[in-house]
Parts: sequence; C-alpha cells; structure tokens
Amino acid sequence: MAGPTRGFLGRRRERDPRLPPGQYDAGTDWPVLTAEPTPRITPETWSITVDGRVEQPTTWSWDEAHALPRSEYRGDIHCVTTWSKFGTWFAGISVDSLLDVARPTAEAAYVMAGSKTGYTTNLPLADVTGGKAWIVWEYEGGPLPIEHGGPVRLLVPHLYFWKSAKWITRLTLMQRDQPGFWEQNGYHDRGDPWLEQRYQGD
Amino acid sequence: MLGAGRRAPAGGWRTATVREVDRPTPRTVRLRLEVPDRLDHLAGQHYVVRLTAEDGYRAQRSYSLASSPGDPLVELLVERLDDGEVSSYLADVVEVGDELQVRGPIGGWFVWEGDAPALLVGGGTGVVPFVSMLRTAAELGRTELLRVAVSTRTRAELPYLAELEAAGAVVLTTREPSGIRPAGRLTAADLVPLWEPGQDVFVCGSTPFAESATRVLTGLGVPEPAIRVERFGPSGTSG
Repeated sequence: MAGPTRGFLGRRRERDPRLPPGQYDAGTDWPVLTAEPTPRITPETWSITVDGRVEQPTTWSWDEAHALPRSEYRGDIHCVTTWSKFGTWFAGISVDSLLDVARPTAEAAYVMAGSKTGYTTNLPLADVTGGKAWIVWEYEGGPLPIEHGGPVRLLVPHLYFWKSAKWITRLTLMQRDQPGFWEQNGYHDRGDPWLEQRYQGD
Repeated sequence: MLGAGRRAPAGGWRTATVREVDRPTPRTVRLRLEVPDRLDHLAGQHYVVRLTAEDGYRAQRSYSLASSPGDPLVELLVERLDDGEVSSYLADVVEVGDELQVRGPIGGWFVWEGDAPALLVGGGTGVVPFVSMLRTAAELGRTELLRVAVSTRTRAELPYLAELEAAGAVVLTTREPSGIRPAGRLTAADLVPLWEPGQDVFVCGSTPFAESATRVLTGLGVPEPAIRVERFGPSGTSG
C-alpha cells in the first residue's frame, strides 16, 4: 500500500461507521449510472421469470408478483463509483418468495440476473436468499422512478449497487459462476463493499 | 440490448507521476501522468485516482482518459466540482512532480476499438472520452469513421474546443448563439447530418443530457442496441 498523497486532507475526519471503505455519503443525491438508453416498460408488459437450475421454472406477471407477500428494505446502499446513500426505503417482494415457488435444485449455486435491456449481473445464490435480496417497485413510498430501474428492479443492498439490476425480468440459476455485463468488463464477481471488491482481482 | 462484454484490458494500481498540469477552462484541470508499466487502454476507458490522507483516510474517483493509447503519457481531464473532495484536490493542489495512485484502464463497454463507424454525442466535459477516440482515430489514420456532436453551455466552458473543431466536431451552445444556430439544446436537426445507419453511437454527459440525447437519437430512428451511454452525476462520478 502506497503512502499518503501530498497535501490531501479529505473532506472529513469523522468517519461514519455506516460508510464502507473508500465510500462517501451522497446525502440526498441519488446518481444515475446506466450503460444503455432508459427503457420504457409498462407494468402490463413486465414479467419476471425464474429459470435454469430450478424444479419449477416460473413466470410471474405484474399482478401475480404483487400478490406475493410484501417485503421492505430500510437501510443503506453503496455504489462502486464510491457514493453511498443512507436510510433508503424500498418495497416489493423478497427474492425468497420467488425461489420458494421455483425451488432451486441441489446443484444451483449462482444466479444470473437479467434485465429488459440485456444487462446481466451474476451473484452467488447465497447472496440473494435468506432475506438479503428483493424485487422492488416502490421507493420512499412511491413508484420506483424509471431512471432508477422502475418499474421494477432487483435490490441486493449488501453488495455494490451494480448487482441490483435495473428493469429486472429474469433470474437464471446456475451451477457454475459466469460473469455478467460489468463483471466481463473488469468488475468484481461478488462486489462486497465492506471488502472493497470493486474490480476483478480485488 | 447490451451485448457481450468486450475483452478490454484491465490494469492494476500504479504510482503515477504528474508531468503536466494546466487549466483549459476555469472549471477544469488537465493532468498528464507518467504511469510506469502501463497497460495500453482502449479509447473510452477510464482510470481511477485514489488519494490517501495522512491518517489513512482514502477517497477515489473515476476519470475518463483523453489520451490515445499511443501517447507516452496518460491524460485526465477533471472538472472541479464545488463540493468535490477529489476534484478540488486535483484542481487546486496537485503540482508537477507529485505522485498519484492510479488504477486502470477500466471498463470495456464504452470503448471504441478503432474499426467501426461511430457517432459521438457529448455534453460538456462528457467530451473527454471522445477526445481519446479522435486521437486514436488520427493515430490509426481512420478519422473518417467518427462523427462528433458536442453540446456546451458556452464555447469558453468547453475543454478541447479547438481540438474538437479541428477534428470536424459540430459544437452546439445552449446559453449563447453560435455561428451555426441559435442557443438551445441538442435537437434531431443537429444530428440528422451526422447519423448514418450502421454507426455505433456513444453518448456521454450529465444524466439530463444523456437522457435527452438518447431520446433525440431514438426519435431519429437510431436503434437502442446501437447506443452506449456513459453518465456522470452531480457527485462527480463516472463510469
């Protein structure tokens, strides 16, 4: 590890314990970071499919997904570009609700999340089970804004936010890990902000 | 539709030495760095700059490269944000001879590989990756592949203005009239002469700019899968 940078003081000396290493508090700001044009998706045409290594590949329509038990996340989110946002409030359903129906097979160990735009991101199955991941359509009590992935996005708040795929339409369970969009482009396969797993090799 | 990622180079941390510092516009600083044992980048890729305080506190941000792979130095153009912890340090404190921790190149999506026709649409300092693409095209002798449209508040605020215009870029101004049109945002009429079917389209700028430019492009009939977008927000992040 290199030494200090000459003359750099930094913004604050009091480190908020909610802030993972190398992150800063974005405050009320919520930057938009996407690599593609924002798609226009209507609830009537949206659906989510869970397939791959599951006993029962299943697709839920908007109404069917909304009929599942409501689940909320209140807490912090962390983007690899170094902003963090405290005390967010999202609502939708738990990914567990979908997996309970689709039933992962014994060999399922990873998930590829896919979006309407073709965006993909890979996650260990263990990172989206046990109440750690959501399919969300509400933010702060209102509809999820389109630029932040509305009408529906994946939410995996304990990992860097590129794992929380916007405009989510598919979860494909896999036996072996495969890199998704940013992961093929140099970003880390897991992306734990507390371990600062930003890029491949971190 | 986002296609498969490209096999882009990705480098590790290096200690760079600042060789040149200048301020092309009042709000920007241009840093030219010597990066030892450097991996060649593709035009459009970025670097991360990491600053460390005496007590170990660290802050890092991503910046697009303006240099071409053939440039012996790596060139970053940094916009100084009012509350920018890293950008204000880079703009106000850094001097020639300083050492900076950098990592790169990073990113394999917003890259131009030098062999396909492309339309580049930039807003403000969003032109930086396009400067790299233009310089790369000049190195390769393929400048005919690139068409460029740039939107800026005023000409005085646009870094690389002369270089962009020399390369044939159409420069639009939103806050002052220019020789070619009245002040105003980018419209379809501005892009019609530049767009040709088969081009890859790269859009880089603030989120409002990127949203409005992609809407203009899709309105012109540019297929969404042909459009790649890089946005930077008020928080001074890119990538």
